Amino acid sequence: MLELDDIQHFLLNRPRAQAARYGFVSFRRPEHGRAWLSGIIDRVGRAASGGPFDSRWVTVAFTWNGLRALGVDEASLATFPEEFRQGMASRAAILGDTGANHPDHWVGGLASPDLHAIVILFARDVAERERCVAEHRQYAAQFPGVEALSTLDLEATPPLDYAHDHFGYRDRMSQPEIEGMGIDPTPGSGAALKPGEFFLGYPDENGEIGPLPQPEILSRNGSFLAYRRMEEHVGAFRDFLRANGETPAEQELVAAKLMGRWRSGAPLVLAPQHDDPQLAADPQRNNNFDYAKMDPHGYAVPLGSHIRRMNPRDTTVNMNRRRIIRRGGTYGPPLPEGAAEDGIERGIAAFVGCASLIRQYEFAQNVWANDPRFHELGNERDPFVGTQDGTYDMTIPKRPIRKKITGLPAFTTVHGGAYFFLPGIRALRFLADGPCVVPRR
Amino acid sequence: MSNASTLSDWTQPAAMAIPKEGYFTVEQGRYGPTYPRTPACHGFTIIAKIKPGTEAEIRAYGKRIEDTITASPHALAPLQLHYLRWVLFDIGPDKYFMYQGIFDTDFDKYTEDAIQLFKATGVDTVFEKLEGFPMDWKTNAPAFIKFVREHQCPSFLEYGEYPYVSATEIKKALALKQAFSSMLDHMQ
Repeated sequence: MLELDDIQHFLLNRPRAQAARYGFVSFRRPEHGRAWLSGIIDRVGRAASGGPFDSRWVTVAFTWNGLRALGVDEASLATFPEEFRQGMASRAAILGDTGANHPDHWVGGLASPDLHAIVILFARDVAERERCVAEHRQYAAQFPGVEALSTLDLEATPPLDYAHDHFGYRDRMSQPEIEGMGIDPTPGSGAALKPGEFFLGYPDENGEIGPLPQPEILSRNGSFLAYRRMEEHVGAFRDFLRANGETPAEQELVAAKLMGRWRSGAPLVLAPQHDDPQLAADPQRNNNFDYAKMDPHGYAVPLGSHIRRMNPRDTTVNMNRRRIIRRGGTYGPPLPEGAAEDGIERGIAAFVGCASLIRQYEFAQNVWANDPRFHELGNERDPFVGTQDGTYDMTIPKRPIRKKITGLPAFTTVHGGAYFFLPGIRALRFLADGPCVVPRR
Repeated sequence: MSNASTLSDWTQPAAMAIPKEGYFTVEQGRYGPTYPRTPACHGFTIIAKIKPGTEAEIRAYGKRIEDTITASPHALAPLQLHYLRWVLFDIGPDKYFMYQGIFDTDFDKYTEDAIQLFKATGVDTVFEKLEGFPMDWKTNAPAFIKFVREHQCPSFLEYGEYPYVSATEIKKALALKQAFSSMLDHMQ
């Protein structure tokens, strides 16, 4: 059974938040870092609290350098997985963070070894966020050795009737459920997954408990987070749709083919010809499809579309060892329909939660997003999260002759990212208490 | 860069000489530098010393794999194999095992899937007879992968009579041929 009173709420509860702030922190003096942490632990949300339970939700996570900066000893640090020790910026070549996405261009100090921690604040609304930010500013002023490298404010993109990104695609359509949480997965979402796929110290889908970084008090009930700040080039995206569809209906279909769902969220497998907003809004139906039986050749959902790459469902093996939990939101002002590109950065700033960055997150990014030969396509990458430089294609199967779009432009640019460890509450106390001798397993 | 340039003409046999390291330029995969696709597709050649006295057990697994495939012909399908060759040979007084696989899957990318299959088909139990194999492999995929990479002997030459053709493409072509033959038979 999951220790819900020890696990941070972040991956288990989804607060009804319309605003957020991510604070990126550096610990210049370990004792200040520990004292600062000690004072905020009681504000960190626990999974056991359920929800909605308050008007703001706090999460704290650390880079490998951050664990060291708080005083975790070298022997313990060495037991963390290599990809986490290296950090996201060092894994750029693996993740496809090249060209404009390269860490050399990242903002907010995210590529720096001085990035030690992130404080994630989700708030009911902007006013509540501002109240919490002011409160925390006052609190943090006591600890000059805790430096804010940068912050990012997020607000839900209107209209607010459902979550969507700046391109207009409905989000949160397909999320795994975890065994023991008492939530039945929606039809088509597969069985609830073993907790060890997301939380350290529990059996995974193989029935094994993976290696625990040491000491156990630090790692048990923890998860790894991959953070990505990704600009969405809304003007370029709309230009692309206009160039590839003569009518608004055709443009909407092209947008749907890139994603695998209509922007409303209705899946193309179930609504191949026309959008179906009622279907999109019905969780009992909007994820209830497969590919192998219902769309083997991709006539509805192209083989290289975003949702078919990021969750190939029944067309891959070991799918349950690759699942991830996504969290995050949109930042930057929306670009009104019909308005010219204004050059203001807008996008999504999101987290992937998992038990193994290399097996789950990095696999999805390295293989599903960026392998040009995925599904034997030959020269394609994910149209949204793949690294695009204008040399890749997008094939849209169609009878009698497929449509092939060559030279797909980059609709997104990665402006930052990092790997964090999201500890349990006891682990936060362990970190706040500072270096001490803990018996090793 | 696009990789469209590597899509070659299957009618032109091709050979590729490969540097000692096994790759031309360092391209980082999740577990280390990735090996290139050659005219003979992807593949690996793993050579490792076996633990003394385990030869008979290793040979017996050959029959076990045969039985597995007889009962479940598509058990190894996710690996997109062309061929597997298992060889035992002597170097001085020691016995060595060679595992050579030719396949279309980029092993660097799908390593964890391969390990899952090894477990399911009993291949892993052969690995357990090899010296230096990590005994915690069941929960420690990176250690398994490290062992494989350390014992991988890259080719310095690979040749393809019909280069870069995948097993899937070959099977599609044969199915098409079969369908045409059948159609022509029915037209007699």
